[in-house]
Amino acid sequence: MTVATGAAVTGAGASGGAAPVVELVGLTRSFSGSPPVQALAGVDLLVREGEYVSVVGPSGSGKSTLLHVLGLLDRPTGGDYLLDGVPTSATSEGRRAQLRGGRIGFVFQQFHLLPHRTVLENVLLATLYSGVPRGEREERARAALERVGMGHRLHAAPTTLSGGERQRVAVARAVVTGPSLLLADEPTGNLDSVSSAAVLDLFDELHAGGLTLVVITHDPVVSARARRRVRISDGLLAEV
Amino acid sequence: MRDARAASATLDDVLDDPALAPSRRRRGRAARALRTAGGRLGGRLAGTRLGGRLGALRRGRRDPGDGGPRRPPWQRGDGFDVRDLLSEAVASVGARPGRLALTMLGTVLGIASLVVTIGLAQTAAGQVGRQFDAVAATQVVVQAGSATTRGGQERATGRLPFDAQERVERLAGVEAVGALATVDVGDAEVTAVPVNDPSAPAAVSPPVVAASPGLLEAVRGRVVTGRFFDAGHDERGDRVVVLGAGAAERLGVTRVDSQPTVFLGEEPYTVIGVVDGMVRRTDLLQAVVMPLGTARADWGLLAPQELQVRIDVGAGPLVARQAPIALDPANPDGFAVQTPPEQSSAREAVQGDLNATFLALGAVALLVGGLGIANVTLLSVLERRGEIGLRRALGATRRQVAGQFLVESVVLGLLGGVVGASVGVMAVVGVSLVQQWVPVLSLPMSFGAALLGGLIGLVAGTYPAVKAATLEPIAALRGGL
Repeated sequence: MTVATGAAVTGAGASGGAAPVVELVGLTRSFSGSPPVQALAGVDLLVREGEYVSVVGPSGSGKSTLLHVLGLLDRPTGGDYLLDGVPTSATSEGRRAQLRGGRIGFVFQQFHLLPHRTVLENVLLATLYSGVPRGEREERARAALERVGMGHRLHAAPTTLSGGERQRVAVARAVVTGPSLLLADEPTGNLDSVSSAAVLDLFDELHAGGLTLVVITHDPVVSARARRRVRISDGLLAEV
Repeated sequence: MRDARAASATLDDVLDDPALAPSRRRRGRAARALRTAGGRLGGRLAGTRLGGRLGALRRGRRDPGDGGPRRPPWQRGDGFDVRDLLSEAVASVGARPGRLALTMLGTVLGIASLVVTIGLAQTAAGQVGRQFDAVAATQVVVQAGSATTRGGQERATGRLPFDAQERVERLAGVEAVGALATVDVGDAEVTAVPVNDPSAPAAVSPPVVAASPGLLEAVRGRVVTGRFFDAGHDERGDRVVVLGAGAAERLGVTRVDSQPTVFLGEEPYTVIGVVDGMVRRTDLLQAVVMPLGTARADWGLLAPQELQVRIDVGAGPLVARQAPIALDPANPDGFAVQTPPEQSSAREAVQGDLNATFLALGAVALLVGGLGIANVTLLSVLERRGEIGLRRALGATRRQVAGQFLVESVVLGLLGGVVGASVGVMAVVGVSLVQQWVPVLSLPMSFGAALLGGLIGLVAGTYPAVKAATLEPIAALRGGL
C-alpha cells in the first residue's frame, strides 16, 4: 500500500467526516426451503466514501448473497441497507433499478461484455440506464476507456481481447456513470497473475482517485490489496 | 495526500484554462513543472498518467460546492427513452444477420404468400374480366320501353326515331350503331321466282328485317359478296335487299353481279349483297334485310324496334346513360337499355373462390411465421440471460427489458413483412409477365401486409418479453453471455 492511499483512508477514518456510502444495519437474508438457509445472519457494515474494502470468505459463506444485496440485485429479508444514506430495503423495484444504474458499478468475474458490440458500445450501454445526458455519453465512455488504458481498442470486439483487457473494459463500463460504489465479484477469478496484477493496479488507481470499492473474493492476494479487509463466514462479518 | 489532490486540481485548472496557458508550449512546460511538483508531493497519484483525469472525474461527480449534497447523475440526465430503446433493439437484431434471416423466414413466407394470393387473385380476376369484355361486354342494346297498363296490356312508353343511328353514333365510346326492325309483310312470301303453284308445299318464308346502314358493323357482320346498302338507299327508299347467308342459300342466290331479284309477294327487290357473321344477331343470317327507308315507304314501318350499339371496352355505363337522352331528350325514360353484364360481378365470383383458398394458405403461413418469431425470441431470451442480467445490473427496469425484447420482435416482424411484401409483389409481377397478364395489385394491401408483419412480431414477442422481464437478475447473471 502506498503512502498516498494510506493517507486517504486514515484521513477519512480520523476525521469521520467522509459520508457513509454503504450502511448495513442488522441485515439478514434467508432462503426458504427445508431447512431454510440463513445466508446472512444479522450483518452490520459501514463503508465510508473513498474506502477500499475486500470481503473474503470460503464458498458458501454468504459472499455472493452479500454482493447481491449490496448491488441491489437482491432484497434482504430483515434489517436495512442504506446506500448513500438512502434506505433501500423497502423501496420500489423501479427506484432500486434507478439507484443501481446511477450509484453502483459492477465488475463481474465473467466480465459480462456483449460479444456482438464493440468495446465502446459496451461501455456506452451503462450510460443508457443511468441517466447520463445524451450529449455526454460518448465523451464519457471514451474518457473512461482512456482511463483504464483501453483507449486504443475502442472499436474492437470484446471477443478479440485478452481476459485482462476485457476486465479493464468492464471496469470502464462500471465507472463511466460516476458511481458511488464499485462492486467487484471475484474480478480476477478468470485472469492469469499478470492480468490480475494489472486489474488490481487499476483498482488502486481508482481508489486513489477517491472511488469507493468493495471487492468480494476468496483470493488472499486480491484481498491483501485492499486497505480494509472483512471476513464473512456463516453469514456473519468480522473485521480482519 | 490532500496536498496532492490540490496539486492535481490546480494542474487541471491550468490545463483547462486557456487564459492561464496562452500557448501550447508554455502549457506543456507548466504541466511538466506541476507534474514534477505533484510527483514529489503525492508520489504515486500525481505521478501516474491517470492522476489528472481521476481528479477531474472526481470533481465532476460532486457539486461545485464541495461538501454539499451529492447530486445523483440520473436526476439531471436523460433516461432510457424511445431512441435508446429503438437503437438497442435494432443493434441486437442486427447483431446476428444469419439468425435474423432464419427468424424472418417464416414471416417472409407468410406475408409473401398473402401478397401473392391476393395479388394473383386480383390479377386473375382482372384477366377474366378482360376476356368477358372481348366477348360480350362491348354491346349495348336499346329498345323502346314498355309498361304494363292496369288492364294488363303492354304499351310502349317510347319510340325509337328513324335517325336513331345518327343520334347515337356521335356519343363517346360508341364504335358502331345500327337500328333494326322486323317488317310485317303480311301474307307476302319471299321468293326468288314468283311462281303461283297451288300444289307446292307451303314453305316457311325467311323473315324480313329493316335496318339502318350501320347495322352490319354494329352486329359484327361481314359482306360475303356484293355490298351492304348505304344511307343513300335508305334515304331514297330504294328497292334493294341484302340477304343473310342462310337466306341466300335458301333462295338460291349465290352471286349478285347479275343483280338477281327476290320477290316479296309481288314486289321485286334487287339483291345487292350477301352477308355473314353477325355474331350479335345470328338470326339475321336467315333474314332478308332491307333499308329502313324502304320498309317505311313500302310496308308502312312505324319505327325501328331495336338499336344495336357496339361500344368500347368499359363504355357500357356511359353509353347506357347517354343513349336514351340522345334518342329522345324529352323522354329518356322511355327506353330500355341492356348493358353488358357487370364485369365486377363476374370478377367478384372468381375472386371469392380464389381468395378463400389462398387466404387460408396465407393465414397458415403467417401463423407459422408468427410461431417462428415467438420461438426464436423465446430462445434468444434464454440465450441472452446474461445480457438481461447485465442490463438489470446496469439499472434497467423490468419494463425496459420487456420493452426491448418486444421492440426487437416487432422490428423482426416488420422486417419480415417488408421483405415478404416485396417478394410477393415481385412474384405477382413475375407470374403476370410469364402469363402476359396485367398485374393488378392494390397499394394499401401491399403496405398493409408489411405492417401486418410488425403486428405479428408484436403478438409473437409478448410472451418472450414477459419472460425476459420476470427473469431474476441474479439467476440471469449466472447464465453468462
